[in-house]
Amino acid sequence: MTVVLETINLAKRFTGIIATNDVSLRIEKGARHALIGPNGAGKTTLINLLTGVMKPSGGRILLDGEDISDVPTHKRVRLGIVRTFQINQLFGDLTPLETIGLAVSERRGQGLDWWRIVGSRPDLVSESVGILERFHLTDVIEERTAVLPYGKQRLLEIAVAIACRPRVLLLDEPAAGVPEDERHEILSAVAALPDDVTVLLIEHDMDIVFSFADRISVLVNGALFVEGTPEEVARDARVKAVYLGEEPVDA
Amino acid sequence: MIPPRPTILAATEWLSARARWHPLEFVFWIVAFAAIWLMPERHLILTEIAWLALFALSLDLILGYAGIISLGHAAFFGFGGYIAALLAKYEIVNEPVLALLIAGVGAMALGFVTSFLVLRGSDLTRLMVTLGVALLLRELANRYGWLTGGADGLQGAIIQPLFGTFRFDMFGHTGYAYSVTVLFILFLIARRLVNSPFGLSLMSVKGNPLRSSAIGISVDARLVAIYTIAAGYAGIAGALLAQTTAFASLEMFSFDRSADLLLVLIIGGAGYLYGGMIGAIIFKVMQDYLSALTPQYWPFWIGLVLVVIVLVGRDRITTWTTPFRRLAARLDWRAARRAAAASNEGQKP
Ligand SMILES: Nc1ncnc2c1ncn2[C@@H]1O[C@H](COP(=O)(O)OP(=O)(O)OP(=O)(O)O)[C@@H](O)[C@H]1O
Ligand SMILES: [Mg+2]
Repeated sequence: MTVVLETINLAKRFTGIIATNDVSLRIEKGARHALIGPNGAGKTTLINLLTGVMKPSGGRILLDGEDISDVPTHKRVRLGIVRTFQINQLFGDLTPLETIGLAVSERRGQGLDWWRIVGSRPDLVSESVGILERFHLTDVIEERTAVLPYGKQRLLEIAVAIACRPRVLLLDEPAAGVPEDERHEILSAVAALPDDVTVLLIEHDMDIVFSFADRISVLVNGALFVEGTPEEVARDARVKAVYLGEEPVDA
Repeated sequence: MIPPRPTILAATEWLSARARWHPLEFVFWIVAFAAIWLMPERHLILTEIAWLALFALSLDLILGYAGIISLGHAAFFGFGGYIAALLAKYEIVNEPVLALLIAGVGAMALGFVTSFLVLRGSDLTRLMVTLGVALLLRELANRYGWLTGGADGLQGAIIQPLFGTFRFDMFGHTGYAYSVTVLFILFLIARRLVNSPFGLSLMSVKGNPLRSSAIGISVDARLVAIYTIAAGYAGIAGALLAQTTAFASLEMFSFDRSADLLLVLIIGGAGYLYGGMIGAIIFKVMQDYLSALTPQYWPFWIGLVLVVIVLVGRDRITTWTTPFRRLAARLDWRAARRAAAASNEGQKP
């Protein structure tokens, strides 16, 4: 298998705390990779480093073997590293249609088009609508994002990322805070992600993790603690002790 | 060919509806142009309204659309004004329209260079930085009095006739026709721009820079671009003032001018292009009326308006225009017809 995204001795220090401690992680092409760990373990920080939102204190990040440590966020998106946010980061005043349309037009490099009216490219509109249909957002496409139900906003988070056509998709707790009866919609959207997209999923719900992942990395106190297949991780006594605690896990 | 699905039709319709002309917009511009013939005795104040409207439109582009607040927008206004006045005074460029364009390009260059100062930081830092830039320019213009006329202003410029034909008269007849035409053309360009994917990306950058960069937008580059364009607009507004009065002064860079501009935009409401123009009308008419009534108390009234705005709150101010806009939407008979058409379309088998 080829490695798409790799970190070498990646580190991030905040004042008084090491949020990412010497992490060397390899994510294989097409993988369904889960990243788990207790609250404050440094999972989100790792995503911030991978996407360039934060500058690492040390170490390197490679995409297809090329060092991208100094590439700014928006260029990494162009290279195919796309994320979602644990806490919604959407455009409250725009509608889902505008949001997705924007992402699609930026991906196509048409974002600087200033003489063309929004909506005047039929193929762009139909692609955007297609994405909104896939995520069951068609009934709210003309509504301001800020007033959408929380579950719809979570779906939009993923839909925007998909509109960027990721090669590597980093999902930061996509179902966080979604009421039980709406979770399945998010989870099936995650499960239906195209096979050629490599996915790194952060999730606390072990049922989701074990049904989704073919590889699991456990992060504790900023450092990689254990890594392996779901079976290996489930069997690992240290993981049970440190992280999973009393939670029953069926492999 | 597969016919497009109803959702796509509706989506296309909805997206392009934003950019469609509202009947009230036609009314607005017909009135503005009709004033050339119908209100000749008011051309002087109308000219002032026109360049102020353009100046406010410029601020709206950065504040209403990109979220960059500025207390030093007069920097570009004054810079453009001095360029136009100098070009005329030293007879470097005699055609006013050409001089106007050069003033705009000059102000854009200044906007580009200083845009890097407003990329980072909070609203407060931006206020201070923009204020500083304007003060600096004012000081430079003061220092180099041999060129700019210093505190006396740049006098003795003679503005040649427009296209070699239309003389600038003391009643402002030519001045108003000229200013309102320039305003209209630049408004059309701005209108196009804010309804484009580029304009949409500005709103996204304003709304959430973090997410914007997460969908591949270079936030900095967009801000630099719109700041540069807006600076050009402000420069042209200043050049209009300089050309229609054949005068440029240090006051063009003043803090008062930047602050008044902010007030104008707040009065009219930011983020829909007409706010600056409506604000300019209200502001100038109020100034004209109140300063005739109580000359010494004019600043007091402006101060009062500011206090009220602060008390009522910024959010509510920006939304006070919503009822009018809703009313305007109801007045738009074509929108209703289109909505009906679209729903028929959707029901077809
Ligand atoms: N910008 C920051 N400045 C200072 N400390 C930070 C910053 N961001 C995160 N941290 C700290 O780094 C540690 C890791 O935080 P992070 O958000 O990465 O954890 P997480 O694994 O995503 O947790 P959760 O499961 O709660 O989302 C925490 O102790 C947090 O307080
Ligand atoms: Mg987190």
